Amino acid sequence: MIQQILFVITLGIAGYFIRKRFLAIRANINLGKAKEIKDHANVRLRNMLLVAFGQKKMFKRFIPAFLHFFIYIGFLIINLEVLEFVIDGVAGTHRIFAPILGNLYPVLMNLFEFLAMAVLLACAIMLIRRNVLKIKRFWSAEMTAWPRLDANLILTTEIVLMMAIFTMNAADRVLQGQLPEHYHNTGTLFFSSYLVPLLVNTDTTVLIVLERVAWWFHIIGILGFAVYVTYSKHLHIFLAFPNTYFANVEAKGHIQNMPVVTNEVKMMLGLAEAPAATTPPAEPGRFGAKDVNDLAWNNLLAAYSCTECGRCTSECPANLTGKKLSPRKIMMDTRDRMEEVGKSLQAGGPGLGDGKTLLGNYITKEEINACTSCNACVEACPVMINPLEIILELKRYVAMEESGSPPSWNAMFQNIETSFAPWKFSPSDRFNWANELKK
Amino acid sequence: MSDVSYSVPTLAELASKGETPEVLFWVGCAGSFDERYKRVTKAFVKILNTVNVKFAVLGTEETCTGDPARRAGNEFLFQMQAMSNIQVLNGYGVKKVVTACPHCFNTIKNEYPELGGTYEVIHHSTFLQTLIGEGRITLKEGGSFKGKKITYHDSCYLGRANNVYEAPRAVLEALDADLVEMKRCRTTGLCCGAGGGQMFKEPEKGTKDINVERTEEALATGATTIAVACPFCMTMMSDGVKNKEREADVQVKDLAELIAEAQGLS
Ligand code: SF4
Ligand code: SF4
Repeated sequence: MIQQILFVITLGIAGYFIRKRFLAIRANINLGKAKEIKDHANVRLRNMLLVAFGQKKMFKRFIPAFLHFFIYIGFLIINLEVLEFVIDGVAGTHRIFAPILGNLYPVLMNLFEFLAMAVLLACAIMLIRRNVLKIKRFWSAEMTAWPRLDANLILTTEIVLMMAIFTMNAADRVLQGQLPEHYHNTGTLFFSSYLVPLLVNTDTTVLIVLERVAWWFHIIGILGFAVYVTYSKHLHIFLAFPNTYFANVEAKGHIQNMPVVTNEVKMMLGLAEAPAATTPPAEPGRFGAKDVNDLAWNNLLAAYSCTECGRCTSECPANLTGKKLSPRKIMMDTRDRMEEVGKSLQAGGPGLGDGKTLLGNYITKEEINACTSCNACVEACPVMINPLEIILELKRYVAMEESGSPPSWNAMFQNIETSFAPWKFSPSDRFNWANELKK
Repeated sequence: MSDVSYSVPTLAELASKGETPEVLFWVGCAGSFDERYKRVTKAFVKILNTVNVKFAVLGTEETCTGDPARRAGNEFLFQMQAMSNIQVLNGYGVKKVVTACPHCFNTIKNEYPELGGTYEVIHHSTFLQTLIGEGRITLKEGGSFKGKKITYHDSCYLGRANNVYEAPRAVLEALDADLVEMKRCRTTGLCCGAGGGQMFKEPEKGTKDINVERTEEALATGATTIAVACPFCMTMMSDGVKNKEREADVQVKDLAELIAEAQGLS
């Protein structure tokens, strides 16, 4: 009974923190500009199923995809066992599904053990890839102490959680022999059976305690992990789904139109009536983006969905040739700035008005000016994030609000305005190439 | 240069005769002004003449699509350009556009519709592929390219931006050449370094120029011809080959030039 009460309290505490973070993240994403995304529901659903659920884009790089796949499947399926944990915890039962599922139960338990082992091995190999092999994309400039620690913490926690499952099963198996009326027969379980010989001679009370400790450790571990995830790049396990749904469905070459500009240009060209003087001019807002609130909400959702895997950066031509630009850093900066603003607002602080901005304090012009808008990052991202969209919005701000583009771009703008070509040629010479052919 | 004369009708000329062309050839700024890319424009016009495609150009009525301005962030300038081009195109009732520039292709195809200009837009690689497929361009087997190693450099605005990966390769295969791929090709093709307005500015500080990196990769295939399908890629890859001092044995050519050459049109 005490255990049940404690369990419900534990669940409640975890629930409280998760809810709090959920609300904070939602509020942060809502800092972004409203944008209605209701088109192409079928294509979007397909993207979500193939890319998020089906991991399609991961498989462009086989080894990490393979390792990640085990963890992913493990996560999905072992969570069924967590369901049993929760029911047992609340109802005070033990392995409630065992009598219900009968012969199927041992089969399932064995399956879980195989998955747990696969997860454990995959995590260990990933730790080696990150820390021993030091694969380049995990060590670039923006991968400072915290992002590296974050990844290592997640992998280590998963390993420890899996070990708890094995310990629990082994202790349980021994107890099945000693107190069959309380411990349902699970049959021999493949991996934990190797631990059984270590425990057979242990005192029953010690075993009961061991089984309980492992059980509690696993469930508290999982709940703690669920809270931790909301502060971590690991949030992608949930947000990859909405993010792939709301990702662009147009050709990658297409750039978002700015209808405000369209109206003004139409007026300038005499294609539209100027609004009557009596209607007050609508608040024009900023052109482009200087801070997170100038970006569309789905760009902010994307920043929270970023796994910090660095596939984008490892394909970026600018980054590959030593420029400061890194598309992953663009996403990480956007997220960090959002968190900063959100925290400030929660504490009753100035929020966006804290004198800092995304462009300037986080992302520099040197970075965005290096982008070739080649879409390599967009193509590479396993969760369909589009760093280019953010880069472009920042460029728009610099060009239109600050007239602060590099001088050679300003010269190019001027050429287009005066000679209708990005180079300074006389427009009347445009057709001269044909003279030789016509003769 | 042969002394055959080719016709290059403008839309205005055709309109005054009450005629409409099958397709408008959008030449683009590089195609009109860039010394090197003018050769591509001419090669393509020769092909159009030879296969009797009824085409026209805008001549001096054409202006920049606005692509570099938009990608550099100047949305006003882009829309000014776009809107005035659309007025001209719609004024002539243009339905179908072909262009040798992937940037013009992308802009007119994907970005003009929401500003009021909807056309069927084709890149010249796809256009050439169709002409070959229909048998209007015939290339004899074992032509001058037989067995020669050619590598194709994907233009970002054709490939990733618009999923045109196969048409340029189909054109090259029709040459009976030995098509070799670079390590990074198709969806992972490395940019030449000129997109997003980079063509019009110096690169930011770094350790290497992107075009040199890409050229090294192209040279590593052992190809003697680097085929491109974009005026900016043409400039960047040519500069890269010069940087590596390989102009003597490696040429950078556009698809249209290669086809024109194979047909004895150059
Ligand atoms: S679009 Fe820009 S940021 Fe993305 S890979 Fe290309 S150069 Fe890098
Ligand atoms: S944006 Fe995508 S590819 Fe880049 S680090 Fe984040 S998840 Fe990985």
